Amino acid sequence: MNDYETKLTNGLKIRLKEIHTAPLVSHWIWYRVGSRDEVPGKTGVSHWVEHMQFKGTEKFPGNVLDKLISRDGGYWNAFTNLDWTAYYQVMPADKIDIAYQLEADRMINSRFDLQEVEAERTVIISEREGNENEPLFRLTSEVQKAAFNEHAYNHDIIGEMDDLKSMGRDDLYKHYRQYYVPNNALVAIAGDFKIEDVIGRLEQLYGGIPKGSEIMHTDRVEPSQGSEKRITVTGPGGTVYLQVAYRAPKGADRDFFALSVLDSLLSGPSNLNMFGGGGITNRTSRLYRALVEKEYAVGINANLQATIDPFLYSIIAVIHPNHSPEEALQQIDNQIEELQNQLVKESEIARAVKQARAIFAYGSESITNQAFWSGYADMFASYDWFLNYIEKLEAVSPQMLQEIAQRYLIPQNRVVGTYITTEG
Amino acid sequence: MGSTPQWKNMPGSTNINRTELENGIILLTFSNLESNSVVISGYLGCGSMFDPDDKLGLATLTAQSLMRGTTQNDHQEIYNKLESAGATLGFGSSIHSTSFGGRALVEDLPLLIGMISECLRQPAFPEDQIERLRTQMLTSLQIRDQDTEDRASLAFDENVFQGHPYGRPEEGYIETVSRIELADLRNFHERFYGPAGMVIVIVGPVTPQQVTKQVQKVLGDWQNPQQVTDIDLPEIASVKETLRKHLSIPGKSQTDLVMGCLGPARNSVDYLPAALGNNILGQFGMMGRIGDSVREKAGLAYYASTSLNAGLLAGTWEISAGVNPGNLERALELIMKELERFIREPVDAEELSDSRSNFIGRLPMAFESNAGIANGLVRLERFGLDLDYYVNYPDLLQQISSEDLLQAAQKYLHLDQLVIISAGP
Repeated sequence: MNDYETKLTNGLKIRLKEIHTAPLVSHWIWYRVGSRDEVPGKTGVSHWVEHMQFKGTEKFPGNVLDKLISRDGGYWNAFTNLDWTAYYQVMPADKIDIAYQLEADRMINSRFDLQEVEAERTVIISEREGNENEPLFRLTSEVQKAAFNEHAYNHDIIGEMDDLKSMGRDDLYKHYRQYYVPNNALVAIAGDFKIEDVIGRLEQLYGGIPKGSEIMHTDRVEPSQGSEKRITVTGPGGTVYLQVAYRAPKGADRDFFALSVLDSLLSGPSNLNMFGGGGITNRTSRLYRALVEKEYAVGINANLQATIDPFLYSIIAVIHPNHSPEEALQQIDNQIEELQNQLVKESEIARAVKQARAIFAYGSESITNQAFWSGYADMFASYDWFLNYIEKLEAVSPQMLQEIAQRYLIPQNRVVGTYITTEG
Repeated sequence: MGSTPQWKNMPGSTNINRTELENGIILLTFSNLESNSVVISGYLGCGSMFDPDDKLGLATLTAQSLMRGTTQNDHQEIYNKLESAGATLGFGSSIHSTSFGGRALVEDLPLLIGMISECLRQPAFPEDQIERLRTQMLTSLQIRDQDTEDRASLAFDENVFQGHPYGRPEEGYIETVSRIELADLRNFHERFYGPAGMVIVIVGPVTPQQVTKQVQKVLGDWQNPQQVTDIDLPEIASVKETLRKHLSIPGKSQTDLVMGCLGPARNSVDYLPAALGNNILGQFGMMGRIGDSVREKAGLAYYASTSLNAGLLAGTWEISAGVNPGNLERALELIMKELERFIREPVDAEELSDSRSNFIGRLPMAFESNAGIANGLVRLERFGLDLDYYVNYPDLLQQISSEDLLQAAQKYLHLDQLVIISAGP
């Protein structure tokens, strides 16, 4: 038995995967809460709560936690995303028990000390200010706002500056108590352990934590856009950027896989390896050849995120100094038009699938990638989404690609954003 | 106290195969039969140290030009072969070396080795591609000019290593990259590229015999009698007194701070004590003592940490932080306080023990993947370390005392001879 999945009576889902290639264990806990669950005035609360989870409990005060993980060569971190928040520790296999203990403890016993909340407020404001130094953060932030009027995907995960200044300890603690419950969490562990040993230990640590009240996620549906939107962001620097963001299908939608293949043809293969393994270059992709080789842009990439609700498929170009964003946009439109009007060859799809396979082969060397994959797809679909990923890509036909291009990649479904410089 | 990790993947003399081809190329192979892909990593002994001041960026532009077209394949053909196989390859340049790295599914190893050889030996430097590449480099330099962290870091190196190639950015400056001509690339390639000093590391489900045969086939006959391999570099000297500068970049929200001084070379006996000390000062856990003071307790920065960047001839010992402009002085004050303590008193036994076991415990994480092993092997060769360096590493660490850490700190961290650079609004 190498894989095992179970659910405790309090609703905690557990997925374990034995891998014995290195004496390591990667331990993750995922909570189904992210910026999607935030309301105006409290934006950024999920990310701030994530920071507070490192401040400790009575049993494991912050600096003690840190030492316990680090002294054995382990590392730990966390991410807050649109739909989820995840924490992980990677440690030598014979030392991992401390990570199991601390994660169970901080599901319920985090302190949220007032003084520490205030110290963290300035840390997060500083993080946001660091982000604001980047032109692309400013552009993508404004594009997201323009793309969503109703849905909570409209704000930055880190939160709006005004909210970061006004939220208080009680807001954070309430959010923590509401969402950090076993029935809203998934523990995913991969590495050098025996499943029967770990399952008993997790039952012991989490079994006594009561089930929380049923989680009611916000359910705001974003209406169709209706017409193209254009925005311009002005800022310092000498480089102009273009972002073209189309409303995309949600991760669990069958269209998502066809759009993934389409993205691979347009901008190069996407990379699901978060922890090493790397991706593949995109020099032979259609957009690179049409924009970079023809000198409308000096770089191009695209991003398709798998999310609970429909999010965005974004193409970002760094504009060539001798051309305008409008000219680059025209080239992007020409490429999309070609996909809408002509069927691609089967061999192009087969090539995209081979690239995806290679990327998985590279990433699977990392135990932490494997643990990440064990939990990731549950946050917006199910584990099957991941297990069947390659098969789903293989099932995409030229006709499906054409239909997807015709349905999603149209002007009335997009926001076009440009970052232009104050220096002209 | 950490114990010596006993693990079959720990690279050492029993599982690393090191061969020298007749033309001087050194080949290191590590068989990882559990993987189904291969990683290649390596370098040639030429880099920006050979760049003329007025054409700084030449080594980088030359390295990045290699895949823009060869005498056999143009840019699109090269990438089509690689990307269709799901393989990657890239070249880059640093001060002492031009490095390459790639990966492929194991059946495509011959493609990868063949492409490395083709790009290194038969680059065509096609004019249109080189101009395109130059524009891309200039754009990235323009972006660098607006990046507060990059600007602070650049000015830090320029001032710590005044007049030395270590103080010059490998990517050059807008004006120096603009001056580089096609003939310069060809000349650089002719003079400095060759088998002498070349190192290739291959890790994956392969045997040394297979790999040696494949490398021998495509690179065994490479000769360059004109190859220049060495240059006289000036002495590196510390600044005489503390130098503080602020670089104003309008429109930014955050200020980045980079400060510090010279540090030990990688193969100096001071390196390991300094590295252990640096871990305590600004890395361990959430960024060590400095992170604890500046971020955790005072809440002044999203990041505040230290790094020891050890090169072949010297290194730097740096402290960096990203802070609100209004908090800069307070953050600096807290950092100086920690530095004063660090050079005044030895670290306590628990700190040393934690730092040591942290270093030992993370070895398996560094070597869990082919890429991690390849990086480790490249480091062995680049810094002249013994093949059993990682096997002996825990014992080397055990021999270091808190007094050794204090001595290393006092030797390098002179608080009246710091370079302190901030960049922000």
